Amino acid sequence: MSLKSKTSDLKKRMQGVLQGGGDKAIQKQVAMGKMTARERILALLDKNSFHEYDLFVEHAGKDFNMEKKYLPGDGVITGIGSMGGHPVCIYAQDFTVAGGSLGYMHAKKITKIMDHAMKLKVPLIGINDSGGARIQEGVNSLAGYGEIFFRNTMASGVIPQISVILGPCAGGAVYSPALTDFVFVVDKISKMFITGPEVIRTVLGEEISMEDLGGAKVQAEISGNAHFYAISEQECIEQIKSLMSYIPWNNKKKADIFPKKPPNTKDYKVSEIFPTNPKQPYDVRSIIRSISDDSEFLEVQQRFAANIVIGFSRMNGETVGFVANQPLVLAGVLDVDSSNKAARFIRFCDSFNIPLVTLVDLPGYLPGVDQEHAGVIRHGAKVLYSYSEATVPKITVILRKAYGGGYIAMCSNHLRADFVFAWPTAEIAVMGPEGAANIIFRKEIKEAEDPDTIRKQKIQEYKKKFANPYVAAAFGYVDAVIEPEETRKFINHALEISKDKSEVRPEKKHGVPPF
Amino acid sequence: MKHPKYDKNLEHINIDMTKYKTRLTTKFKNRKFYTKADPRMIKSVIPGTVRRIYVEEGQKVEKGERLLVLEAMKMRNYLKAPFLGKIKKIHVEMSNVVYKDQLLLEYE
Repeated sequence: MSLKSKTSDLKKRMQGVLQGGGDKAIQKQVAMGKMTARERILALLDKNSFHEYDLFVEHAGKDFNMEKKYLPGDGVITGIGSMGGHPVCIYAQDFTVAGGSLGYMHAKKITKIMDHAMKLKVPLIGINDSGGARIQEGVNSLAGYGEIFFRNTMASGVIPQISVILGPCAGGAVYSPALTDFVFVVDKISKMFITGPEVIRTVLGEEISMEDLGGAKVQAEISGNAHFYAISEQECIEQIKSLMSYIPWNNKKKADIFPKKPPNTKDYKVSEIFPTNPKQPYDVRSIIRSISDDSEFLEVQQRFAANIVIGFSRMNGETVGFVANQPLVLAGVLDVDSSNKAARFIRFCDSFNIPLVTLVDLPGYLPGVDQEHAGVIRHGAKVLYSYSEATVPKITVILRKAYGGGYIAMCSNHLRADFVFAWPTAEIAVMGPEGAANIIFRKEIKEAEDPDTIRKQKIQEYKKKFANPYVAAAFGYVDAVIEPEETRKFINHALEISKDKSEVRPEKKHGVPPF
Repeated sequence: MKHPKYDKNLEHINIDMTKYKTRLTTKFKNRKFYTKADPRMIKSVIPGTVRRIYVEEGQKVEKGERLLVLEAMKMRNYLKAPFLGKIKKIHVEMSNVVYKDQLLLEYE
């Protein structure tokens, strides 16, 4: 055989695999508003950058007539390409081939590309669209999942791991996304759950649709399992590209540096956005945009626990992670959900050398039996733990109220913030003036002829004395009281001088965080 | 971005005797309020299907006596009388599918 005919034989073989599950299955996929696995990879990666591997892998099923079946690529496409010029390892499950079910060789392809990602120290992107374990392959498909989970865990904090849920991801399969850093979902397309509606109905008698049980909205708003929510696959792909531009490609690197751009202070004017009365709300995201380069802010988990805001911006061209209490929602309190949300983000930033900027404005932790019984002690402690543990540059700006445990938790001086700045409107105290005055002056108020007048008087007295940043500043807990307009300048300076910051923590295998 | 001043969804939340103007989330509004459990009200601690009822209304029961069987995840769970007393009312029937915390029986 000549080289030419050998080559054409190769092309023919490739063609056989590249068509995936065939026209009919592809039509079905498209009818659901979904792209094919290959289209997804190509849409995500830089043009002409995709190099596919393991194209000719075949499945290893021997039982239930599986040996007679041919599954192109065994239902998953794997390879390496680049995003924004940086290499990434990627896999996409192909729902058109045996429902993207995971068998032994399917898993082998995924774990092989994961091993590449770890060796090469490049990000891993997994696109999930699978009916779950290939039952015909029995324990080998379970083994496959286990091998993936182990690698996800080993890669955690070493390379960024992104999970994109573009179809069903159910049963054991959901644990891979859960172990990765960011989970993307798309409305009406993503479905995630451990046990499906059918099992829930027969066993427990509860009727629920797939969408209401584990659809994109549920995962983005109620459970908090998803970090980014999009209404189409196209929007989802844009979100992934945006996120990738903010994060480094491994834990020894820093994110790409972009040209410096000033914020748009016309649209985001602090004097217009910000009420000095601590009982009035405002959108803290506007404050972030009044500080960040080009007023850009990529919010993470926008729809979940909106009482805290987390996300990425750039300051003088370099990525920072913002954590900010949101007075617009639940007065910005810390509770079970917001604590979990913030703590995980802080650890991601610390793992990947992203400085943390914390904006503080909260009345404390949310009171309530439901919160206490849900373990707010343990969950709230996660915020303390992750801030204390973090050694990236930590800059805190106290905007208004910083009361009680909330003050301590929000990257205070005591948790080793490198710099704590406070606006003149800051109130750093054990609790709000109303509560404090009622406790301190309980006797006077009770015994007074006109308790209401005395109460008001005592509240004013307390306000004057403690509702300001100067008491904390007098003890050195605040490094500088600054004018709001100077915030960007102070943060940028702090970041600039913290570039070579190094802090040593006690040697240990790992800590025991309040998981 | 809408300025909060013009936000019609603003409500109040009270923290340490201070009322803050803010948006409340659905999750917060739907939170379960705590009520002290009444020991005479026997509720299901798990969801399941009623497979057998051993007692009748008006019947006196000893502590530890079987009241009913609740099947869940193919397991038969025997619900036993927590104390001596008289059953006033039975709120479920055979084969009923019950939810967690659903009222099953009532002591007098």
